[in-house]
Amino acid sequence: MFSTPRAVNEMTAPLLSVRDLCVSFDTRKGLVEAVRGVSFDLGREKLGIVGESGSGKSQAGRALLRLTPPPGRVSAKVLNFDGIDLLSAPDRQLRDLRGGRISMVMQDPKYSLNPVMTVGRQITEAYRAHARASRAEAKTRALEMLDAVRIREPERVYRAYPHEVSGGMGQRIMIAMMLITGPDLLIADEPTSALDVTVQLQVLAILDDLVTQRGMGLIFISHDLNLVASFCDRILVMYGGRVMEEIAASELHQAQHPYTRGLLNCLPQIDARHAALPVLTRDPAWLL
Amino acid sequence: MIDIQDLDVVFSSGADLVHAVRNVSCRIAAGESFGLVGESGSGKSTILRALCGLTPGWRGRMSIDGEELDPGARRSASFYRTVQMVFQDPYGSLHPRHTVNRTLSEPIAIHGLDNAGGRVEEALEQVGLGQGFRFRFPHQLSGGQRQRVAIARALILKPKILLLDEPTSALDVSVQAEVLNLLMRLREELSLTFVLVSHDLAVVSHLCDRIAVMRNGLVVEEVTSDELARGEPAQAYTRQLLLASKGYDRAAIDQFEDFG
Amino acid sequence: MTDIPNASSSVLKTWLTSDIPQTHLQASCGRAYGAWLAFAANRLALLGLIIVGVLVAVAVFAPLVATSSPIFPDLQHRLLPPGADYWFGTDELGRDIYSRIVYGARLTLYVVVLVAIIAAPVGLLVGTSAGYFGGWVDRVLMRLTDIFLAFPRLILALAFVAALGPGIENAVFAIAITSWPPYARIARAETLSIRRTDYIAAIRLQGASSGRIIWGHVVPLCTSSIIVRVTLDMAGIILTAAGLGFLGLGAQPPLPEWGAMISSGRKFLLDQWWLATIPGIAIFVVSLGFNLLGDGLRDVLDPKSGE
Repeated sequence: MFSTPRAVNEMTAPLLSVRDLCVSFDTRKGLVEAVRGVSFDLGREKLGIVGESGSGKSQAGRALLRLTPPPGRVSAKVLNFDGIDLLSAPDRQLRDLRGGRISMVMQDPKYSLNPVMTVGRQITEAYRAHARASRAEAKTRALEMLDAVRIREPERVYRAYPHEVSGGMGQRIMIAMMLITGPDLLIADEPTSALDVTVQLQVLAILDDLVTQRGMGLIFISHDLNLVASFCDRILVMYGGRVMEEIAASELHQAQHPYTRGLLNCLPQIDARHAALPVLTRDPAWLL
Repeated sequence: MIDIQDLDVVFSSGADLVHAVRNVSCRIAAGESFGLVGESGSGKSTILRALCGLTPGWRGRMSIDGEELDPGARRSASFYRTVQMVFQDPYGSLHPRHTVNRTLSEPIAIHGLDNAGGRVEEALEQVGLGQGFRFRFPHQLSGGQRQRVAIARALILKPKILLLDEPTSALDVSVQAEVLNLLMRLREELSLTFVLVSHDLAVVSHLCDRIAVMRNGLVVEEVTSDELARGEPAQAYTRQLLLASKGYDRAAIDQFEDFG
Repeated sequence: MTDIPNASSSVLKTWLTSDIPQTHLQASCGRAYGAWLAFAANRLALLGLIIVGVLVAVAVFAPLVATSSPIFPDLQHRLLPPGADYWFGTDELGRDIYSRIVYGARLTLYVVVLVAIIAAPVGLLVGTSAGYFGGWVDRVLMRLTDIFLAFPRLILALAFVAALGPGIENAVFAIAITSWPPYARIARAETLSIRRTDYIAAIRLQGASSGRIIWGHVVPLCTSSIIVRVTLDMAGIILTAAGLGFLGLGAQPPLPEWGAMISSGRKFLLDQWWLATIPGIAIFVVSLGFNLLGDGLRDVLDPKSGE
């Protein structure tokens, strides 16, 4: 009722087209449906997917890249990236796409960077997996990328190991690694949740600049509604595997759906009132 | 109630020395709600842990209700009945093999108090969990429920001071609201003194009267939540934190200073 | 009439899977039931459990299961091949090998259980104390562990036999003394990571003594790993006991210990293969059973694989 997918621009085809995406897991305790019929279109813009834990937002992001771990099953009526049907594409083509034209940045660089390889080696490896380049060329490109993410001493960081850099720098390295191949679409799953608030915003500024410069599409998955509202152009609010509401970021405070309103109202504000926070009452009808 | 003078905590990890807390002094009155806010590495959690004896080897002077604290790990039994702590990670603060009943009855047994069953029931009611939760294991509870059990555990010895180390950081926003409401209600009902540590300025400002902003082990300034609400902090660092808490603003971010 | 057993079993099942346990007993049983379901989903683990179960049953009911005496010789019927009367044949003294295998199961079980009962608690106590207290307690206990770990089992058994005389009790003692160090190391490793958790900090903050923390909080979390390791070690213990028996250091004749049976059957291996091979197969099957059981338990009990 609240989520009618709209094409971003009637004239150009969307970069990513998703209709009725479903992800389910067969567990011992029964069938768990993590994502139940998510539909949206994405152009070269910033789309935020917001939800609490268990809403299915991360699983939806992974399903787009066909990275759902077994025993998960993905199905959709349409899952189309720039004319390529991701559901029926052969494994080889998917591997080319991943990291090449569609990249993903995850939450904690402690867990997504290989701890036994230097930063430089990881970035050049990512590059050479998708482009024919000599080692020297790859190194130059890697240093350029480290500079583009505003790392002050790219040579030193190039030779460093992941545990030798701070969280914010680790995440910038992750962004460098994922953007070096010049993808068209970036999926970022809670990319700044593990960082301090000022570092968070600085990293997002870098992401913002790069995405705008390169005309990329960005899917930003987060639990932080305010952050997504101030960073993205459009927002999808997810709950129980479904999209509750699709709304432009500028219109968030006129949101219609009671879940979105509930989420907005239950955040503590920095004003002098110390009143009890309105509590979100979950309507079981939302899960149907 | 709590008096901290020139607290200094140094950690040694291998060859490096980390000066986690530098010369921090503050006084917290009985019944007050005091907040410590700062980014990671600011030393805010270390102050709480030093108060409890979980981080021994500090320098300075600390006293609770007039009683001086030992720089080692030793604390008296009456200390544990006066000061209790609620931890950040609801998934890590309950023993995975103990039922809720065992977790709540153990402090009663340690201090030799009577009427264990009655006290456990009362504690569960206080935090809004029904009796049906009494014999569940932690993995059968949601994050919010686990945190309520952690609060019940902290309150079962009827302490006067509650130390809260990022109690809602690991919770969903809607669950956070419930837990914050619960904490506010309990503070009023039981006349507790709170010391709340968080990186979230909104949470601290909501729950606390006075707030100390910390960076790199130092107290940058002390503000009241009123001053924060009016946007009047004196220090540039606090103003930057306040700005950052409002969300993403590309122009504002360019003005951010690197305070190191 | 057929509904009644179904009704009572579903009542039990509801009681076990209830989300709102009313008593501690119900909660613990429910949890054990969940673990059992996870375990039983693994076919090979069930097979291991069955093998071990058969071993225990055969050992307990040996007098009922055996067909004749395992120790009285019957020289009229020496070295008979497996057949209708003597299922596994007879040995050089005419004793029924089947009955000797059955009674030998008692000895095998005796060795395995005794070693587990002695070695595991010692290892657990040493490991958790070393891990929890740290400092010089840790250093002293770990060096002690290293010393015992350095002893080769068979040489130590030889030393015991030389000092105290051969016999199955001395063999058990020798094996137990060299088995506990790995358990101590496992317990220490687990304790080091448990020590830093918030739930331990919380119980310390309630004024709990170190003894209470180690016994009530640390040990329950280490027991899973230890149980898995003990089960996997049982195969090795059986083989070591068999090896000692083979060398004549363990159970003394006429006790039907499987290793000793292989040793005495060696002379007849070419013509009367059943004397040595059948006990060998018995050792193999039981070791396999314990290995499969241990693997299955690890999949279910390993705290790292998540609750």
